Amino acid sequence: MLKKREYARVGETAYTGSTESGLRLTVVPKPEFKRSMAFLAVNYGSVDRDFRLGGRLYSTPSGTAHFLEHRLFEVEGEDNALTTLSKRGADANAFTSADMTAYHFQCTDSFFENLELLLKFVSTPYFTAEGVERERTIIAQEIKMLEDDPEDVMYYALMRCLYERSPLRESAAGTVESIGDITAETLFDVHRAFYIPENMYLTVVGPQDPKRVLETAERLTDGAYRELPRREYGPAEGPLPAEVSASSQMDVGAPMFLAGAKGRAGLSGRESVKFELTATLALSSLLGSATPLYRELYDAGHINETFGYDLENAGGYSTLSFGGETQKPEYVCMRVLETAADLAARGIDPAFFARRKRTAWGSALRALGSFENMCCNIAAGGFSGYDYLDTVDVIDSVTEEDVRAFLAEYLTLDRCAISVVTPANK
Amino acid sequence: MADRVVETELTRGVRLTSVKAERFKTGCLSVTLLVPHTKKTASLNAVLPYVLRRGTARLTDMEALAAAMDDMYGARIEPAIRKKGEVSAVGFCADFPDGSFLPGRHDILSDVAYLTGELLLTPATRGGRLRGDFVASERQNLLDDIAAEINDKRSYAGLRLCENMFRGESYGVSKLGTAAGASAVTAQTLTAHYREVISTAPIEVFYCGAEEPERVAGVLREALAALPRTGSFTVPSTSVRTAFRGGEKIYRETVDVTQGRLIMGFRLQRTMEDPNYAAMAVMNALLGGSPTSRLFLNVRERLALCYYASSALDRHKGALFVSAGIDFDKFDEVHGEVLRELEAIAGAAFEPWELEAAKRAVVSSLLASLDDPMGLEELYLDRAILGYRSRPEELAAMCELVTAEDVAKIAADARLTHTYFLTAEGEEC
Repeated sequence: MLKKREYARVGETAYTGSTESGLRLTVVPKPEFKRSMAFLAVNYGSVDRDFRLGGRLYSTPSGTAHFLEHRLFEVEGEDNALTTLSKRGADANAFTSADMTAYHFQCTDSFFENLELLLKFVSTPYFTAEGVERERTIIAQEIKMLEDDPEDVMYYALMRCLYERSPLRESAAGTVESIGDITAETLFDVHRAFYIPENMYLTVVGPQDPKRVLETAERLTDGAYRELPRREYGPAEGPLPAEVSASSQMDVGAPMFLAGAKGRAGLSGRESVKFELTATLALSSLLGSATPLYRELYDAGHINETFGYDLENAGGYSTLSFGGETQKPEYVCMRVLETAADLAARGIDPAFFARRKRTAWGSALRALGSFENMCCNIAAGGFSGYDYLDTVDVIDSVTEEDVRAFLAEYLTLDRCAISVVTPANK
Repeated sequence: MADRVVETELTRGVRLTSVKAERFKTGCLSVTLLVPHTKKTASLNAVLPYVLRRGTARLTDMEALAAAMDDMYGARIEPAIRKKGEVSAVGFCADFPDGSFLPGRHDILSDVAYLTGELLLTPATRGGRLRGDFVASERQNLLDDIAAEINDKRSYAGLRLCENMFRGESYGVSKLGTAAGASAVTAQTLTAHYREVISTAPIEVFYCGAEEPERVAGVLREALAALPRTGSFTVPSTSVRTAFRGGEKIYRETVDVTQGRLIMGFRLQRTMEDPNYAAMAVMNALLGGSPTSRLFLNVRERLALCYYASSALDRHKGALFVSAGIDFDKFDEVHGEVLRELEAIAGAAFEPWELEAAKRAVVSSLLASLDDPMGLEELYLDRAILGYRSRPEELAAMCELVTAEDVAKIAADARLTHTYFLTAEGEEC
């Protein structure tokens, strides 16, 4: 059964339901588009390294979820699924983040054939020792490529400052060493544990009949009951960073930094959306391109257009961060914290705050314009327990007091850590 | 139903392409000056929109500009610098929420168009020149950006290859220009350059959104009313060399990397005498532009030599680039394998399904771009610069007609002239 819901404020309609087997799905019809997207998400990411299932504790190497994502395209006795989808003109891909693995395609033709293949290959593991070996060398190259990427290096160095134990410390791809321990058996274990319909979410956006999407998903998912794994993240971490700073030297043109802090832990549902929007409004009111602080630092030549901020919810934590290229990382970071304290104490000009909210509303609308964003956000909402298409209303509920309280609590010296990459001496 | 596309000459040398489509939540507007890309002017072109974006006569600083854009529900009007062959495409790209979703205020297109016109035509000045402090600060930002080209090792390898491969041709100069060129930018030289290009450059304006093309034309005519216009407004051309002698030149550079970056540069030679863009796109997809390509299936999947091995085409210059991230000691193996794949295509030694899959990749991507305003913008800009008349749908139909012989001929004409390898110190290859 599919339930239809209209979202007048954003001009969308969605059909939501689930198969007998427990796979939840949302179809957002877009009759006026030629292009369709199907997005099959698994509530399993790089942080889910340890879990209990059937009374047994599994500990898997860093990079396992990502390795599985690479190998899953292999189909027994047939072409690799990526090849088949591409042959039909579909633009297919997959990614692994801290808390999600997703397989998706966009196409203008043969949608249902492609959808059948997507549902089939993701739920049918086929791993050979030889295939795993070959993939190991390909992924090792991907890891080496990332190790040369200063932003990636800087980001994980910050995560290692902020977190003492969480797997958020590690790159989703793992390391060349850690992936050395992954075998076909590891992949079968995690696939059996996490790739079950109740733990997955299908989103389709495009000119497709919602009923036919449900029928297809019904036909291609297995209804046998299976126990859901229990994830083990270890004891919760405190609010303060494990280390206050990190620095690396690389072949870069100019020094760059990323500073950050842990936000509130253990949020889910609309609460996590409200926290995310509060954080975004706080950071945009503090250091966004429309602020006096941005202008001060930009005019003085301390920042350039790479300067920005982010908030990320994953692995049971939220992490806020800001940074960019600068000759004076510590100074810029201190000015941000000083200004945060000042804003928290003095308050934010109401007209300015109203403009920030208007811009937040514009960004929310813009995000809906991308099929991939929409699919990913709907699935993330499904896993966390909120309806993404309904979240623009949450913007209205964030008050100036919420933003001040956020700045006072999280943008403080003791909460923050800083990661710097400086040019290597030649 | 296909979208209504209307092309209008707004004023001398200013052409508007307006796509009426109601299915998008955000509209897109771009105003692009087409100026020659040369070593001398590259940095001036690259810094210009950033200086203009610092302030106008009315909104004198970034804070005031940001406030105006906040009032347009977070519309973004961003500087855009693109190198299209030997043409610098310089201007602003804007995206903004569609008026019908906004409470109370509907005419966001006018707001965005007027502000874009204002940025372009009434910059903040002092003593008749662009403000010296803005120029100095954006010159420094440009120098930082040039220094930061090394941050992304894959694209850095591409830049270094081009520098060597197209020495003596403007194409070899990065879209940001050189550090020396950037250092030489002053308020005086930039103001003179600005005055020249704003009056003489052909300008492409693109809009995609819910508004009627006739209304869009009216709004833009008004927004750009103060545009000075003198000259013949011919789109600058790209020099294309069609015959090469001599062997391949191989360059190696050592930096601090954990992975080697290989890039091979080919000239398409005679192919460019009467370029068949559809066949070129299909050939590229077959070689390394899709997951069913020869490079992906063989160099990555079968031989597991890399995570990425792909090809890219510059249709403006008639150049083909193959790049791969590899272990330092795999240079010879990968270099040899790339040449074998290209040779196989030149000898038409590929299966019919491979050609079909390559066509599907190109056709789908063209058709998908019809559902993506910024993708359409790029296609129409390329079309204006290359001077062909076909629309994306027609280009897609032409791809369907490409034969194995067409593709083989392009591959056979591709000549490897330069190879560049970014490697680490102490790594012999």
